[in-house]
Amino acid sequence: MKLCTLAMMGVTGLLLAGCGRNADSVTLAGSTAFQPFAEKLADEFMAKNAGANITVQGGGSAVGIQAALSGAAQIGMADLVELPAEAQALTSYVVARDGIAVVINPANPVTNLTLIQIRAIFNGATKNWKDVGGPDKPITVVSREEGSGTRSSFEKIVKGITLTQDAIVQDSNGTIRETVAQDANAIGYLSHGLLNDKIKAVTVAGAPCTTAAVVAGTYPLARPVFLLTKGPATGASKAFIDYVLSADGQKLIADNGLIAAQ
Amino acid sequence: MRSSLIVKITREQVVEKLLLAVACSAIMSLLLIAVFIVKEGAPFLVKVGPRDFLFSSDWRPQAGHFGIYPMIVASLWVTLGALLMGGPLGIAGAIFLTEFAPPALMRVVKPAIELLAGIPSVVFGFIGVMVLAPLVRAYAGGPGLSVLAAAVILGIMILPTVLSIAADAIASVPQSFREGALALGATRWQAVHMVVLKAARSGILAGLILGMGRAIGETMAVIMVAGNAVKVPHSPLDSVRTLTANIALEMGYATGMHRQALFATGIVLFIGIMLLNGSAMLVMQRRKGKT
Repeated sequence: MKLCTLAMMGVTGLLLAGCGRNADSVTLAGSTAFQPFAEKLADEFMAKNAGANITVQGGGSAVGIQAALSGAAQIGMADLVELPAEAQALTSYVVARDGIAVVINPANPVTNLTLIQIRAIFNGATKNWKDVGGPDKPITVVSREEGSGTRSSFEKIVKGITLTQDAIVQDSNGTIRETVAQDANAIGYLSHGLLNDKIKAVTVAGAPCTTAAVVAGTYPLARPVFLLTKGPATGASKAFIDYVLSADGQKLIADNGLIAAQ
Repeated sequence: MRSSLIVKITREQVVEKLLLAVACSAIMSLLLIAVFIVKEGAPFLVKVGPRDFLFSSDWRPQAGHFGIYPMIVASLWVTLGALLMGGPLGIAGAIFLTEFAPPALMRVVKPAIELLAGIPSVVFGFIGVMVLAPLVRAYAGGPGLSVLAAAVILGIMILPTVLSIAADAIASVPQSFREGALALGATRWQAVHMVVLKAARSGILAGLILGMGRAIGETMAVIMVAGNAVKVPHSPLDSVRTLTANIALEMGYATGMHRQALFATGIVLFIGIMLLNGSAMLVMQRRKGKT
C-alpha cells in the first residue's frame, strides 16, 4: 500500500516536473514557409544567448495566428498579403519579405506563365500543358490547405481562384516541393526561400522570382512575413524579435534566400 | 500470524479495487471521447442538417459549404481497396504458414510479418510517396498520389493483422478435422479449403474486420499517399481525401463552424466504424450458429 502511494507520488512528481517551463523559453508556431528560417535564427540566437530556449513549430499561418491569440505560442508566424481581422488584436512585426515561386518539374519545358494562365490552371479551366506552351500532358495542380498563408497570399494576388476539385492538397511547403519534384506534370507554389534544383520556378509575366525582382517590385507574387505577439513583445520574446530585426538576423535571412525587411 | 493475514486480505482487496478502477477507466475514456465528440459536433449537425452534411459534395469551409460526401466515398474506396489487397494475401499467407510450411519456416516468417505491424505509419507513407506513387504515375497514369497507391500501402499495413489472426484461427482447428477429411480420401488442399477454412472462418473474418478497422482509421500514411483532393473519385487513379485525412489536415487552423464540422466528421467516422464492427459481429454470430 505504502509502496503504491509512493509510486503514485513519484509518477505525479515526474508529470509535474515535465510541465515545468523555463521562464526564458519561447515557442514560435505558424507559417511553414518561414519555419526553416525561424529554426536557423533560433539556433543562432541560442548559440549567442546561453539559457535561451526557443522552440519552432509549423502548422501554417492560420495556426500561427491562433497560437499567438490563445497563448499556445508566444510568437506566431504568418506570411500573408494582409492579416485577417482576428489578428488585429496582435502586435505585428514585419521581419522579412518573401516571394511566392510558381514551380514546375525541371523536365517541363515551360518557362513563363502569365497571371491569367496561372489563374486558369488553378481554376481547372486549363487542364493540359499544351495550352500554355508545354507538352501534350495533363496538368497536376498541387495546392496548400486552406489555412496556409502561402495559399491565401497566392490566391489574393492572382485573384479569382476557385481551386479546382482535382487539385492535390499538401500541408506544407516541403511536401509541395517533394510532390512537384516527383511529378513531371505538376505545378505548385511555394516560398521562394525554399527553391532548390529539384524543381523549377517559372517567370511570372516575364519577371523571375529573385530577391532583386521582389525588391524592385517587378515580381508580382510577394508578401510580408509577420511575427505576431499578444501585446507588445516582452522578455525573451522581445529579445528574439530584436535579434531577428538586427543586422545579424536580417543578414541570416537574406543569406538563406528570403528578403530582408529593411 | 493473524495480523499478517488481515494485511494480506486488505492488500488483495486494494489490488482488486485498483484493477477494477483501471478496467473502468478504459470504458470511461471511451465514453468521455464519445460524449466530447458528440457535444462538439452535434450542434453543427442540427444547424446544417445531416442531409446537406452527408450528401453534398461541396466542401469549402471558408465559404460556409460543408459537404463530406466525397470524403465518405473516399474512405470506403480506400478501405475496400486495402481489404482487396491485404485480405487475400493475408489469408493465403496464413494458410501456407499453418498448413503447408515447415514449422521452422513458420517460426521465422510469422514473427517477421508481425514486425510489419510495428513499423510507424509515417514510414509506410514515406515509402508510398517516394516509391509507390511514382510507380503508379509511370505505369498507370494520373497524379500517382491516388486511391490505388493508398490501397496498396494500407493493404500492406493491415497484412500482419489479417495474417496473424487468420493463422491463429486456422491453427486452432482441431487436428481431427484434418485427419477425418484425409481419411475420407480428400487431398491436402481439399481438406484445407473444404474443412479447415470453413471451421476457421469466424476467426478469419475477425482478422479481416480488425484489418478494416485499421485501414479506415489510418491517417498519416493516407495523408501522404492519397493526394487529399476533395472530390468524389471516378477511378482508382484519382486523388482523394479520406474522413480521417480531412480532420487531420484542417484541425490545426479550423475555428467556429469549421471546427464543429470537423468534429461532426469525427461523429460520422465513429458511427461508421461502430456500424461496420456491429454488422460484422452479427454476421459472425449467425455463421457460428449455422455450423
